[in-house]
Amino acid sequence: MIPAQFDYVRPANLDETLKILADREGEAKLLSGGYSLLPLLKLRLAQPDLLVDLQDVSGLDAIVETDDELRIGARATHRQIHENPIIVDHYPLFHDAAGGIGDPQVRNWGTIGGSVAHADPSSDWPAVLLAARASLVCRSAAAERVIAAREFFLDTFTTAIEPTEVLVEIRVPRRVRGVGGAYQKLERRVGDFATVGIAAVVKLAGDGRIERAGIGLTAVAETPFAATDAEAALEGEAPSEDVYRAAGDAAGAQSRPADDSHGPADYKRAMVSEMTVRALRVAVDRARANA
Amino acid sequence: MTTQHVRLTVNGEVREADVEPRLLLVHLLRDVFLLTGTHIGCDTSNCGACTIHVNGQSAKSCTMLAVQADGAEIRTIEGMADGATLHALQQAFWDQHGLQCGFCTPGMIMQAAWLLDQNEKPSEAEIRMGISGNLCRCTGYVNIVKAIQQASGQLGSGESAPIEAAETVEATAAS
Repeated sequence: MIPAQFDYVRPANLDETLKILADREGEAKLLSGGYSLLPLLKLRLAQPDLLVDLQDVSGLDAIVETDDELRIGARATHRQIHENPIIVDHYPLFHDAAGGIGDPQVRNWGTIGGSVAHADPSSDWPAVLLAARASLVCRSAAAERVIAAREFFLDTFTTAIEPTEVLVEIRVPRRVRGVGGAYQKLERRVGDFATVGIAAVVKLAGDGRIERAGIGLTAVAETPFAATDAEAALEGEAPSEDVYRAAGDAAGAQSRPADDSHGPADYKRAMVSEMTVRALRVAVDRARANA
Repeated sequence: MTTQHVRLTVNGEVREADVEPRLLLVHLLRDVFLLTGTHIGCDTSNCGACTIHVNGQSAKSCTMLAVQADGAEIRTIEGMADGATLHALQQAFWDQHGLQCGFCTPGMIMQAAWLLDQNEKPSEAEIRMGISGNLCRCTGYVNIVKAIQQASGQLGSGESAPIEAAETVEATAAS
């Protein structure tokens, strides 16, 4: 399969990139790892006039902690995130998710920013960012905006990023005691897109009750979304199988899966419930270990 | 239509070409440089038959543009053997019958070489996860895994007892 024709530029830095995007508003598409965009170009589902390759733009792949945030550069590859010592030691939700994306070649090249900006309704990172209540930093030549993950994923392949903006960074609330997270993905074969993917984050209060919960779902609606009904079913409750099950049922009910080759909608809803329970068990165990 | 000039190092040799930006790297390698050892299988970044190394990292060359590889160091299956002496992985695939039709083999070997660069002595599970982006439709995975074990010094070239079958026999005997 051959993509339609386009022009290609490789700007040397972010300022140059932003200028190109401003000059060619709406005509350009950013290229990061390419593992989301190139398949679309080959299918001619995307036919931009200009590809702007970010590979020479340095400074966009750092993974650092500040006093109150974990900051992941948008050009960090899935593999860099999976292997980063801070992530390995303190952010198991991100470690889980990164290690299960695609296959080793995809993880070598695919980036978190590319994946998030692409917003495939079955991709893993959006569920993680929704559950973790992350925010996304978008920069244009004129300004910088910080957008909450929960206001970012608008529709299938559609986000709040403007055509003149570059997604430069993902910001996640910094780890605190009593927080645990987990990602559970149901896939037909290793490396497949999720049939159902669920990210769970819980914060336990001093008395062991769930003070705050975040549940992000992927592959079961037109775009990844936060299962707010499941979160409401958890908050204020003491962790138990009954509470997990109630949250799972709420998540299933809030899902809007499509019948497709991964299975019928009823099956997927049932799997959302089950995988939510499984993710909550792990997240609560991790939160207790981190008390 | 405009073309762009690319200059890359392929298996240690500097190669140049004028290409359309939409040309895929695998097509540059196969159709322009005539390095047809790299295969095109699914053309959708699933099967891994087109796996090569770009700046030391394994990549699916059907999912990379030739212009993206401008300035890069490329290694393909043609760069593995030293003259008439096969690379240890090539020899191991031969010894262990790690191929049937052979279509997936160049990609398998390039991915295995990358895996062994990261992890000199991977476990069987690590090998299987390491080649999870490479599909063999002859379902020859057992011998492929054995070949990678041989190349990493974990199995002699004459040893042929299938690892998984041995576990099955043990489990059956115990029950």
